[in-house]
Amino acid sequence: MQEILAKLEEKRAAAKLGGGERRIAAQHAKGKLTARERLDVLLDEGSFEEWDMFVEHRSADFGMAEQKVPGDGVVTGHGTINGRPVFVFSQDFTVFGGSLSEAHAEKICKVMDQAMKVGAPVIGLNDSGGARIQEGVASLGGYAEVFQRNVMASGVVPQISMIMGPCAGGAVYSPAMTDFIFMVKDSSYMFVTGPDVVKTVTHEVVTAEELGGAATHTARSGVADLAFENDLEALLELRRLFDFLPLSNREKPPSRLCTDPLDRQDFSLDTLVPANPNKPYDMKELILKVADEGEFFELQPDYARNIITGFGRMGGSTVGFVANQPMVLAGCLDIQSAIKAARFVRFCDAFNIPIVTFVDVPGFLPGTAQEFNGIIKHGAKLLFAYAEATVPKITVITRKAYGGAYDVMASKHLRGDVNYAWPTAEIAVMGPKGAVEIIFRADMGDEAKIAARTEEYREKFANPFVAASRGYLDDVIMPHGTRRRICRALAMLRNKQLQNPWKKHDNIPL
Amino acid sequence: MFEKILIANRGEIACRVIKTARRMGIKTVAVYSEADAGALHVVMADEAVAIGPSPSAQSYLVIDAIVEACRRTGAQAVHPGYGFLSEKADFCRALEAAGIAFIGPGPDAIGAMGDKIESKKLAHAAKVSTVPGFLGTIADEEEAVRIARDIGYPVMIKASAGGGGKGMRIARDDAEAREGFRSARSEARSSFADDRVFVEKYVTQPRHIEIQVLADSHGNTVYLGERECSIQRRHQKVIEEAPSPFLDAATRRAMGEQAVALAKAVGYRSAGTVEFIVDADRNFYFLEMNTRLQVEHPVTEMITGLDLVEWMIRIAAGERLPFSQEDVKLEGWAIEARIYAEDPVRNFLPSTGRLTRYRPPAEASGVRVDTGVFEGGEISMFYDPMIAKLVAHGSSRGQAIERMQGALDRFVIGGVAHNIPFLAALLGHRRFAAGELTTNFIAEEFPQGFHGRETGGAENLRLAALAVMLQHRMAERQRTISGQIPGQDAVRRHDRWTALVGGERHDCQIQPGQAGGDFLVEVDGSRLAVAGPWEPGQILWTGAIDGETLAVQIERRGIGWRLTHGGAILDVVVLAPRAAALAGHMPVKQPPDMSKYLLSPMPGLLTRLSVEADQEVKAGQELAIVEAMKMENILRAEADGKVARIHAQPGASLAVDQIIIEFA
Repeated sequence: MQEILAKLEEKRAAAKLGGGERRIAAQHAKGKLTARERLDVLLDEGSFEEWDMFVEHRSADFGMAEQKVPGDGVVTGHGTINGRPVFVFSQDFTVFGGSLSEAHAEKICKVMDQAMKVGAPVIGLNDSGGARIQEGVASLGGYAEVFQRNVMASGVVPQISMIMGPCAGGAVYSPAMTDFIFMVKDSSYMFVTGPDVVKTVTHEVVTAEELGGAATHTARSGVADLAFENDLEALLELRRLFDFLPLSNREKPPSRLCTDPLDRQDFSLDTLVPANPNKPYDMKELILKVADEGEFFELQPDYARNIITGFGRMGGSTVGFVANQPMVLAGCLDIQSAIKAARFVRFCDAFNIPIVTFVDVPGFLPGTAQEFNGIIKHGAKLLFAYAEATVPKITVITRKAYGGAYDVMASKHLRGDVNYAWPTAEIAVMGPKGAVEIIFRADMGDEAKIAARTEEYREKFANPFVAASRGYLDDVIMPHGTRRRICRALAMLRNKQLQNPWKKHDNIPL
Repeated sequence: MFEKILIANRGEIACRVIKTARRMGIKTVAVYSEADAGALHVVMADEAVAIGPSPSAQSYLVIDAIVEACRRTGAQAVHPGYGFLSEKADFCRALEAAGIAFIGPGPDAIGAMGDKIESKKLAHAAKVSTVPGFLGTIADEEEAVRIARDIGYPVMIKASAGGGGKGMRIARDDAEAREGFRSARSEARSSFADDRVFVEKYVTQPRHIEIQVLADSHGNTVYLGERECSIQRRHQKVIEEAPSPFLDAATRRAMGEQAVALAKAVGYRSAGTVEFIVDADRNFYFLEMNTRLQVEHPVTEMITGLDLVEWMIRIAAGERLPFSQEDVKLEGWAIEARIYAEDPVRNFLPSTGRLTRYRPPAEASGVRVDTGVFEGGEISMFYDPMIAKLVAHGSSRGQAIERMQGALDRFVIGGVAHNIPFLAALLGHRRFAAGELTTNFIAEEFPQGFHGRETGGAENLRLAALAVMLQHRMAERQRTISGQIPGQDAVRRHDRWTALVGGERHDCQIQPGQAGGDFLVEVDGSRLAVAGPWEPGQILWTGAIDGETLAVQIERRGIGWRLTHGGAILDVVVLAPRAAALAGHMPVKQPPDMSKYLLSPMPGLLTRLSVEADQEVKAGQELAIVEAMKMENILRAEADGKVARIHAQPGASLAVDQIIIEFA
């Protein structure tokens, strides 16, 4: 009997070595941790329950029958992050380069299926050379099985992808369909076709880093939400993000003890909006001064910087912040910012996270580049996302809310629950100058008259009171009391119930 | 006594004058430019008058605008503060003509002392010891070189109308004399609209020690001891103290008596300062007389118990000094540190913008804060980048230093870069503690600039213990999160942490201390008590570690903590043991090599490009001139090389770190 027990230990020890010590050393030499080490950092100490440690591939072609490694290149199971359950898979680059076989895919599918049943998030740590070519179509089938589950899980449990090595070809489409993609700088890349194919087909010479490195995807393509310096930072920051997320769409967002007073006032906010309406200011300061403890987990900070998205907490519970950023493109909406914010709003709505929107938007970005690339449909995505969202929606207009962009940014008309404005708000169809040039076209050329008309328009509309008089705003609030007012609104909305009509699904303008 | 006075200034000095006036029951009028519409002095004053656009030449320096503001508000007197119009005889005369009192000396004294050359001649006549030099105006470079040779190198070339370090150059040889003459003259022209310069002996190992005098209009003149202002950076005072740790009673008296003699010789009235340069043998030479309230006047107030602004007002109202020289007693020690919006780790680049955080230490137990800003206010590019003056008083120099250090550690500023870490490093410097000061102190002790004070040994252990406490508290709080699986508690809770401080690893274990909120942290086997409350999000921690009280500023940066204390800026990462064991595998990343670029060291205007593409350059050669804060900054080649590309053209406004030139 003792011998049998010892044999299990032996087998476990062998499985834990993955591709062997030489390959582990190679992984370390690249500054990367192994699949199991990554899980050690990600999960609470001792919480990991591994599944399918002894799974092996069933391929016999190309000499694969002789090469079997228990686990088959992916470590799967479940554990906890600060006590909350999570399902994980961590691809093991030391085993067949982390390539995805039929058995490897089955392991991933197993944890995803279970995560759906119990309502817990799925985190994938991707480090894979791609399909197990020796298996041919069985490997492709494996990918598709994962894809199908990604889609089924979307909006049911949060799914997070951390790219910690190569991720190319069809493999990119599983992360692409998860809620968040993070990358590790210098050691990860993602692309559909690699530099060699690109060179053959389009004659472009490009490195893997340029084509699909962290800088490309966080700043240019917007594919990735964030990039981190190294494995350790990436995994610890992932733990921090996880604490903001509910376990599933059946649960409320998590809450924790909060010692930051809910009624904390910050008088410096009274001077945040400059006297000159054309002078920019940093909207992030408002978020940092309103959120609990000044903590803000920003997503896509380097992409479409004219809008800010990310998680914070108010009174201990998660909220999603969406805010125009006057520092970049005057905070106007364009294709990229609309897509960025729409996706974030839909995530929050899917997972019951209240949305706090700070508005300073002069309108949509004009230009042929925008129109030719479909700002009409892309801009509509954000409008659609806000309009369909049934979670608590709180909006504070700090300065400009002009034209259609006013409507889009979680206005009262899109079922905004609590809509406030600062006294500095200007809510109008357009800026005074533009408006006067249209209404008083006859006076054009008479500078004195135009100036007088502009002032008149400014007096009438460049303030929050016209909107407030129609009930489009619930109140005009002092900037220093913004945190207190939002906290109260959130408390009031705690049990908000709102249902959209039954439908198979909506038809958001994709 | 006046019923209402106007303060023709801004910033901390305007606020400081308003405070005294209010205490005396005098109403105050502030003036302000467009940029200052929401400034603190405007809020504090009983009335405020807009006097023009933001540039001071169109507002604070416009005599007519200020006289008009007096007329409109009925102000009977004007306090000019320092800078701006404070030493303009024309301003005095204009006020006089309008029947408004000037809270300061008469125009003749201002005129006589305002000209560096004239003032030296006068001082010489009054038997005040002066520096050897040529007091005439110099026509050209060659004359400058000839005079410099006569006096003997090193020499100082100065703008006659200069002040505040502008238009001053040291020359050690003929070539430097030529260049110094050129640049001093051009800076003098642009800064003071007066391009006269003169040359004098440059005293080595010099100390800057000045005498505060106070004179009424009835012939009574006293000196209120000295201030030592040797800690200067590029001729700008940084730290001042009173008394000087260097003077003996006899020298103090000799200097004081000469200062009084000079004041009397020019019929001086009000508060004034006679600046001396003092060499290693306590020989002192007259430098100049400042006919105004000095920035650093608070240290004199702290040790004499007198309010200089109050006495300036009383004297201007014709009152008589009720005390004589024998009544002036100096008590204790006072130190002032000037808090500037400048980045010490980036070669003191001026910084402007919004003060997102501004929490000065409490004014208690010998600490005084003269401030002109508030949280949410703006550091404007139009004016001097001084944010505040921090003054500490103690019964001894040691106590004053200690109080200053504590106050600096508690001073929280965010949004703009500031020099507090540098000031703290100065205060904690061994040579400063020993009082071994010269005006070259900073240049000698920080030859490579300032990069944060080095820490090590026991201090690192203490800060590691603090970081462990912070991390542990965060982890404990995170354990209150909802949605946990039951029965996991025992698995997750741990009290062992590893702190990574620079390249050091410290294995730590934490346990609750005796009082609630206190902890015992074992660092590498030695036990440190960490006592002092902290809640997540709190940016300033004050408490005691291992019995030593200290204040540490805390910033969460990614997965780590940035701790700022005593001029040290320390990044500490605290990891659970397993993560710490793996940390060694993380790659050490090199920052990108920017050495082949000439970057703009500050936001400014590219006024001259001295090289072109494909040109060979030698180390030290002038490459470009960037003008910022009215100062011309010559950028020189750090090494021999060849210019590959020019990225910015003259007239371009540059951002910090913007590429100007790329080398091959």
